Amino acid sequence: MEDERDEMPETADTSTDATAAETANDGLATDLARTAEANKGRGAQKVERKAKRFEVKDVNLYYGKFHAVEDVSMTIEPNRVTALIGSSGCGKTTMLRSLNRMHELTPGASVKGQVMLDDEDIYRANVDPVEVRRLVGMVFQQPNPFPTMSVAENVAAGLTLNQRGISKSDKAEVVERSLRGAHLWDEVKDRLDRPGSGLSGGQQQRLCIARAIAVEPEVLLMDEPCSALDPIATLAIEDLIEDLKGRYTIVIVTHNMQQAARASDSTAFFNLEATGKPGRLVEMGPTQEMFTKPGKKETEDYVSGRFG
Amino acid sequence: MEAHRGENPDAAFEPDDQVNPLGGSSVSGGTLPSWFLWAVVGASALVALAILFATGGFKIVLFFLLTFGLALPTTYIWSRFAETRRQATDRLVTISIVAGFGIAVGPLISLLYEVIKRGTAGLSAGFLTDDARGAIGAAGGANHAIIGTLVITGVATLISVPIGIMAAIYLNEYGKGRLRRALTFFVDVMTGIPSIVAGLFAYALFAIFLGPGIRLGIIGSVALSVLMIPIVIRSAEEILKIVPNHLREAAYALGTPKWKVVSKIVLPTALAGLVTGVMLAIARVIGETAPLLVTTGVIDQTNTNPFDGRMQNLAVYAYSEYKDPGVQVQASYDKAWAAALTLIVIVMVLSLLARFIYRRFGTDLR
Repeated sequence: MEDERDEMPETADTSTDATAAETANDGLATDLARTAEANKGRGAQKVERKAKRFEVKDVNLYYGKFHAVEDVSMTIEPNRVTALIGSSGCGKTTMLRSLNRMHELTPGASVKGQVMLDDEDIYRANVDPVEVRRLVGMVFQQPNPFPTMSVAENVAAGLTLNQRGISKSDKAEVVERSLRGAHLWDEVKDRLDRPGSGLSGGQQQRLCIARAIAVEPEVLLMDEPCSALDPIATLAIEDLIEDLKGRYTIVIVTHNMQQAARASDSTAFFNLEATGKPGRLVEMGPTQEMFTKPGKKETEDYVSGRFG
Repeated sequence: MEAHRGENPDAAFEPDDQVNPLGGSSVSGGTLPSWFLWAVVGASALVALAILFATGGFKIVLFFLLTFGLALPTTYIWSRFAETRRQATDRLVTISIVAGFGIAVGPLISLLYEVIKRGTAGLSAGFLTDDARGAIGAAGGANHAIIGTLVITGVATLISVPIGIMAAIYLNEYGKGRLRRALTFFVDVMTGIPSIVAGLFAYALFAIFLGPGIRLGIIGSVALSVLMIPIVIRSAEEILKIVPNHLREAAYALGTPKWKVVSKIVLPTALAGLVTGVMLAIARVIGETAPLLVTTGVIDQTNTNPFDGRMQNLAVYAYSEYKDPGVQVQASYDKAWAAALTLIVIVMVLSLLARFIYRRFGTDLR
């Protein structure tokens, strides 16, 4: 099944992809236009599309002088769920945040290396981080709906904040589609104008996912999205992740090894040699393999629960 | 264990057959009834009354002090013997804290009582609608002063709020390094400026352009702004600081540029707190006398234009009624008190408004 996905027929998108590669300089702008076009054309619920691939090359991440992540190179395949696992403080979240340039929002944080989103380095000098974040959405550990906004306004926040002149009916349509996409529509359709913070934790988290997918990103980053949720809400989100990978590339940080095993297609294991040393990527592979016959002893110890 | 728990719910917390380190083998430790404290305070009050009347010098302050002085040791010693040491200490601290609260609130209540009692004497419909031109005795009112106060403070607010909030946004969202530290330092220094200095500064500033002896409402507003801006900055900065960072990050992750994160997410979330801060700043400056005396002058008729001529305000009005009473001294004093009362009412209305806004539009930030 995974192989099928890998060689998913390159449909109409190929041509636009090629254009994007040609006009390297304003490539991201082209992508945006493409996303907007896709927004217009989409209608059916479960449209599969080819999302973007990440290629991380020799990335080093710093907080001031502290070296947080060392020499990570990995490939994150499109339309797959990639899980980042590892013990606390080994740089998974830092790595994740570097994928949509959220890392640099921390004062003093810096990045060395290349992160290629398809053919473009998102850390190239003239790339606008705001544009990167429009293509690479993010869901956080704590559900964080905007407290001043209603459920519907929360979902439409990305549109109201960043796109001009969207008609009310278009907005309502996006809200409904995104909420359906986040498996939340049936639960909240009667209280769209109530505050988003009035929902339960699991609903709030799905609201945040709906908010993230309402702007139709290419990639969805999830930073321990279930750590604040109960098992049933967790299951709902895992189902949702399975659904979402038809349209998005998904990267998920998790502490829960069962979750990584259940929900991801490939797994990257991070670790540190010792406290105070930078985190590094130990090994990455198909989830099945990583949990049954990992290549390294360190990984085996971790996934079998011998430490961490 | 289960049976035991059924008998005595408290016992579940204590291992069986262990001696209570606080003395006694029971966990309850001989608790005094809940009305014990009230009884002691009441008895102390009666004793205090008796002593004061016996010595013939009843003073309300003395009464409270004596009640407290009696109740505190009585409670402690009684509780020390009847209960455990911890409970005695607890009661000691409880009484001290309540007394501290009383000391803080007492003068305020006394002040309000006095102002209301004396202020209502001078208050009349004419006081609110008439100005003081050619008024003798109880005739005439403070309409010019009320309008002057509202105009001067209103203009000062219009000047201070945008500057103050933008400065706070700079300090909290944009500023870093040395410039930020320097600005924070100067804001701190500014909060300590004596109000008369602010008044003289504003006067000197306008005197350069308009010549010496100039008196305008706007000069007073500028003087008040100098006092208001640091207060607005400080309070706004504190409020912006408690807007959770994860909301900013959520907005950034949607591809939102920074100025929109600040204007569409941070400010609306902090709105209620910002309004409260502004109200506090207004309350702080609305009663200023000294800077307005040198900048807006004294006048006895209504002037609504801050750019033309002198303007009266309530604090200066109260001051001049008290300093230069007319032929009927008591009538002037009554007017001064009525002006004080009006000022307090204005501030109270503003703070009630702030509370209402906070309740109605407030966002729970914690």
